[in-house]
Amino acid sequence: MVITFGGGARDQETFAPEGQENIPHLMRELIPQSAFFTQVVNRGILGHYVATASLATGVYETINNFAALPPESPTVFEYFRKALKRPASDAWVVAPSNGFNRIGESSHRSFAPGWGAQVILPKYLLGAATSGRGDYGHLLRDSYETPLYAPELGGNTFELEQMETILKLSVDDFRAHALTLSSPDELSIYIVRQLMRQFAPSLLWVTLHDIDIAHAGAYSLYIEGIRRTDRLCAELWKAVQSEPEYAGKTTLFILPDFGRDSDEDAGGNGFQHHRTGDVISRTTWMMALGSGIRGGVVYDRPVDSIDLVPTLGSLMGFTASLSRGKPITEVL
Amino acid sequence: MRPEDLKPEQFSGYPPEARKLALDYLDTFRRLPLSFLPNLLREVIEFDFKFPVERRLLEKELANLRSLSQQSLRFWFQEFTEIRLSESLEKSDWVTSPAQFVEQLSAHLWATHQMDAFRHAALSYADRLRTAVAPELPASPRFGIAVIGQGVDVAPGPLFRKLRPYGAYFSAVNPQNGLQHLLEAVAARARSSPAPYAHWYIDGGEALPHPSEVICVSYKAMEQVRATILARIHAETQKRGMGPEALRTLMAQLQPADLGASGGDPALDRFRIKLLTEASGTQIFSTSFVQWAAREALRRAQPLTVLARFGPRRRQKPMNEMLSPSAEQVELDPVGSLVDADMGAYYNWINQQRLPGSEKSLFLAWFENHQEAIAISPTLPRGTVSTGTIDLRGVLSWMT
Repeated sequence: MVITFGGGARDQETFAPEGQENIPHLMRELIPQSAFFTQVVNRGILGHYVATASLATGVYETINNFAALPPESPTVFEYFRKALKRPASDAWVVAPSNGFNRIGESSHRSFAPGWGAQVILPKYLLGAATSGRGDYGHLLRDSYETPLYAPELGGNTFELEQMETILKLSVDDFRAHALTLSSPDELSIYIVRQLMRQFAPSLLWVTLHDIDIAHAGAYSLYIEGIRRTDRLCAELWKAVQSEPEYAGKTTLFILPDFGRDSDEDAGGNGFQHHRTGDVISRTTWMMALGSGIRGGVVYDRPVDSIDLVPTLGSLMGFTASLSRGKPITEVL
Repeated sequence: MRPEDLKPEQFSGYPPEARKLALDYLDTFRRLPLSFLPNLLREVIEFDFKFPVERRLLEKELANLRSLSQQSLRFWFQEFTEIRLSESLEKSDWVTSPAQFVEQLSAHLWATHQMDAFRHAALSYADRLRTAVAPELPASPRFGIAVIGQGVDVAPGPLFRKLRPYGAYFSAVNPQNGLQHLLEAVAARARSSPAPYAHWYIDGGEALPHPSEVICVSYKAMEQVRATILARIHAETQKRGMGPEALRTLMAQLQPADLGASGGDPALDRFRIKLLTEASGTQIFSTSFVQWAAREALRRAQPLTVLARFGPRRRQKPMNEMLSPSAEQVELDPVGSLVDADMGAYYNWINQQRLPGSEKSLFLAWFENHQEAIAISPTLPRGTVSTGTIDLRGVLSWMT
């Protein structure tokens, strides 16, 4: 299971001493059982979709961040399903916005269509369930990077009617539950739990995104997003322990897709954006915990964002042959 | 087209003073690499709407470039010449629309993994320029003031944590007439060091009475312009094929007259609308507006005085709803706004410290109508705490 602690959080608001008050659950509950990497460097494009696509392919993708395009290199989902001959129900992505709809399957010709992961966009589903009106409106923002614009969906879209037939979740129940939630990421975690119960997929990728409200420039909302994400990560790990299909046999990776601009870089405006490409915006952290991981260890050597996919391959038994990263031996 | 092929008539669309400046330096432009020149032209094309200090700095930069020998020029721009550009960039109309070129260049640099190289080239250029062109020191020490926490009874946590290491923290400030004292201090500075665009008052709500010598930007005064911009954004995003780049370009092309925002000072009118058309969050959150306005005033006008008063912003609502202006009652979030403003005050100080003369600069942040303040000045010991009762006039006197 992979959670991207999104979208974009700096060390100083998370694991640096002054930021630890914002992540009490990670600090107290998850870190003690984790292998923690203090320097994960993203050398690619610092846009959320393209950076997440890079994480999922192990190659620094250069696709348009704001278009519904598939990654150009094979995804971890394709490697996994083809090598291990797994059915479509065994790899899922839950992602925040329309722009992520194509992330489950690449356009690479070495894989025929159909080997990718199924992608669920909870906000899109909620929009369809409510026609974007009423009390659900506060959950329907597409993206904070370009809050004024939502790309048109491309590729196969998981539609509302499939929610009933596949997730066994009625539109009414979905709608009613959404009313009890405060953010899109809470909705994503709700969908993840439905997936865990219905399919118990072996490879589950969750992209959280509330933190990216930082683009609006309100620091309190950015911090609120971090605290919520911290809580949701811990809740999901608890859920893993409570599900027989997952307890004791799940490895969880949590990492931001990248950081945000430094306060000191005159080219940016601090936490608000991730545009400068400075060291702070490129360097973040990763924690791995669960099955097969030696916990309570901190690794300070730099690892690369694109090392995640070959590492997952080594753990799960497939080779990410076109990835440019290297397996992280400390967790193998 | 390459820079060496530039012709005078290509600048015919530039505003009058910008055109004259461009023609004066045409030979210099022809010697510069394409990976650099449009960034410079993006400044030149705005010349008519720049503040005096910006004009002087740009003229000095151009004069410096003209003075460089061919050998020096090669040294200065070696890193830029190594940046690989695409054919489409080279063919684009970068003379007429340099800002669009720069946006496309940025995307190209990210996609071709050249952003770090470009960043390094740009920083090296800026360092060389700082050495070659002496900075303009302020006529008197700069003074930044941030007033935060309007409408909050109790702060949710300790304030000014990021600023405290740099100054003296006062925990027993008598808040009576505090704002009045600060506005009087700004007025006194405006009288004693009069200069165009040298003294600013930025308010996240409705501006308080202030002297005419002080440039004022307030969120309330921009209400109609904000509504017009949001309505326009809303209309544009409904159009098929509209993407983020196209929308950004469209917003950047808006003129004060398009928005009913012509107030008789072209530079200031342009400055005000850019706060809304080229920034994120300023259209919706007053705290973002004040922080960004202070940042841009400092960066561009290099003022001697900036008083930035943060007000309570609206409670977070869905972006789509916020982008659709309605008569609905706006709910406020004073406590969240205090947290925003606390960080905003820190950013104001950082931005002030980027300007020449920073070693003598003064900065004061005050929790409005409360007893907490932080004062940074060469005369005050860093990282200290004062628990003695004092009013803001007293704090101001300690600072100078």
